[in-house]
Amino acid sequence: MTSKIKLIDENGLRVDGRKPNELRPIRMEVGVLSNADGSAYIEQGKSKILAAVYGPREVHPRHLALPDRALLRCRYHMAPFSVEERKSPAPSRREIELSKVIREALEPAIFLEKFPRTSIDIFIEVLQADGGTRCAGITVAALALADAGIPMRDLVVACAAGKVDGVLVLDPNDIEDKEGEADVPVAYMPNLDMISLLQMDGLLTVKEFERALDLAIEGCKQIYKLQKEALKARYLTIKEEVETCLQ
Amino acid sequence: MFYFENRQIVTPGDLLAEGDYIAGNNTYKEGNRIYASRLGLVEYEGRNVQVVALNTVYIPSPRDQVIGKIEDVNINGWTVDINSPYKAILRINEALNKPFRQQKDDLTSFLDVGDLILAKVIAFDRTTDPMLTIREPGLGKITQGQIIRVSPAKIPRIIGRKASMINMLKRETECKITVGQNGIILISGPSPEHERLAIIAIEKIAQEAHTTGLTDRIAEMIRREKGVKL
Amino acid sequence: MSSIMVSRIRQKQIYQMIASGRRLDGRGLTDYRPIKIEIGLIEKAEGSARVLLGKTEVIAGVKVEIGEPFPDRPNEGVLTVNSEFVPLASPEFEAGPPSEESIELARVVDRGIRESQAIDLEKLCLIPGKKVYVIFIDIYVLNHDGNLIDASALASLAALLNTRVPIHIVENGEVKRGDGYMPLPIKNYPIAITFANISDKLVIDPWLEEEEVMNARLTITFDKDGKICAIQKGGQGALTPKQIMEAALIAKDKSEELRKLVVKY
Repeated sequence: MTSKIKLIDENGLRVDGRKPNELRPIRMEVGVLSNADGSAYIEQGKSKILAAVYGPREVHPRHLALPDRALLRCRYHMAPFSVEERKSPAPSRREIELSKVIREALEPAIFLEKFPRTSIDIFIEVLQADGGTRCAGITVAALALADAGIPMRDLVVACAAGKVDGVLVLDPNDIEDKEGEADVPVAYMPNLDMISLLQMDGLLTVKEFERALDLAIEGCKQIYKLQKEALKARYLTIKEEVETCLQ
Repeated sequence: MFYFENRQIVTPGDLLAEGDYIAGNNTYKEGNRIYASRLGLVEYEGRNVQVVALNTVYIPSPRDQVIGKIEDVNINGWTVDINSPYKAILRINEALNKPFRQQKDDLTSFLDVGDLILAKVIAFDRTTDPMLTIREPGLGKITQGQIIRVSPAKIPRIIGRKASMINMLKRETECKITVGQNGIILISGPSPEHERLAIIAIEKIAQEAHTTGLTDRIAEMIRREKGVKL
Repeated sequence: MSSIMVSRIRQKQIYQMIASGRRLDGRGLTDYRPIKIEIGLIEKAEGSARVLLGKTEVIAGVKVEIGEPFPDRPNEGVLTVNSEFVPLASPEFEAGPPSEESIELARVVDRGIRESQAIDLEKLCLIPGKKVYVIFIDIYVLNHDGNLIDASALASLAALLNTRVPIHIVENGEVKRGDGYMPLPIKNYPIAITFANISDKLVIDPWLEEEEVMNARLTITFDKDGKICAIQKGGQGALTPKQIMEAALIAKDKSEELRKLVVKY
């Protein structure tokens, strides 16, 4: 099926002017909500996503508590106004699947055994969606977990690769995702070189898939640097303010 | 081999050291590499590599002094919220000095839901809830003052090396300040303005805990505010 | 979920055997359990198939109706995949709304069929923008002994191949039932291959106990031309990029083997 829109122009540039291996502009902020134990916000292109973490805390309902580790729960949800056509607030099947795979993407990084009989609850709210929301959701949730002081092996970071008009591209936006030939979201722990989320839809040869995977991992590594900066940012600004005052 | 400078900010997953070192607080070891597991300041002390976390959750430890709130009463005693994922239990025999006759009214007249207590953790392991006592001198029901909450990670900074920070705070604000290891602090002073000053000072310490010259800076701030307000 | 349902001794046995290249039921690491496929068993459905994968049992039923197309695809028939983990299939299944596993399974099977364009949906249009054939695939899990995804994908494909669509015609701008039946316009045959990551090894077609001790799960769906059309990693663990590519190569060969079991129908 060919798309009606030309996704790659004569100069090899994409619909939003990016080169194939270019990320969208990303902005992250940590510690944005006062009630949650940890929180963070991300803007990736036009996608805007908020994440909050409550926990470790007592499990409700009690019978779900695990004797040897914390129970990790995750809710990925899209606001009704986040997409072109209003989305019903009730959880869709897509949101339920994404809640599951996002939880499974973050789980291997967290030292859950340190908090038996508790729960760690992650809430991801998509305020505006323009493609790549599950990946940005994972990236921002990892920040919220770190902000909450939950011990982790590594920050989990996520990024997708896609194929549009025969070209492999990094971080597809909404149009590229919908009209393209393939979408490969990946969540990665750079420290351990391990992948905790991997999905694919579309049509790719094994070789194309391998290249897409490599491309997504490269994107993840770039976003990882931004995550670290975002976590340190708040503390570094205070440090700078204090130290300039001393002079 | 150290990969950071002392007191640099590190994030979970940062490789801190490689070699024959000991993995201290908020780190984990794989092979001979030590990684940070929490956001905080790395500290290299001899062979010990640790991270002073910027935020943690309170996990009870025996002998910790804590401030808690009564949540429930039953025939065995009270359930106490100690700002931890684990609810604490205060048994009757750890609260009362005299033997007790089983009538629920007696218990609530002693400590009721919503009351605050200064207590000590006497036991905790991962399979049971933390146990408290209020039978030591100085412990018991809190009858006056204001409480504030900070991240338990900030408590050592609020106390300071050899209690230097907390003593300065008490002196400068003229308030009685009782610090719970669980991140809850009780402030009781000669007037609400004094108490408010202490609260502002503590919140500022919590915010700037990772900077240097903090004790002097806070002392100066308090003196300045006192001059203006009191 | 914590793996306390399998006893610690058993868990250790499974890890040790797999680490040395064998499995408790005598299979090699890349062997499927015996597969049995039965088609057309539900006469009231337009298509049906029953798959036995070891002791895992799944029925897929296809119902065809006339309905409205999606607004953004006015010239195409509609495909919907649903799955039900009925309570009788396992002590773990409860009656009620679909669990996240059930939803995930339906969506992974759907992805394989949709992305490979197994059904030529454009041939299922009657009045563009108004009336099209609607294909419902309902996956019914009858006994859960591991690897529901592969069993369900096989059953779905076999049921689609077995489907007789009641022919409808357009007369004076209205859709009417015509004469006889036609097969679905099928042009691809997606096959899902699922691995479990245990003891750092990848084992194909995990059975129930292996699923309970596994670190992570990887499903790769291949079309008839050896192209990947769906991938889904599941489970609370993680995989290395190398493991993933190894799995892709094994899955490609395996999918050809399994396809031969279905496509003769």
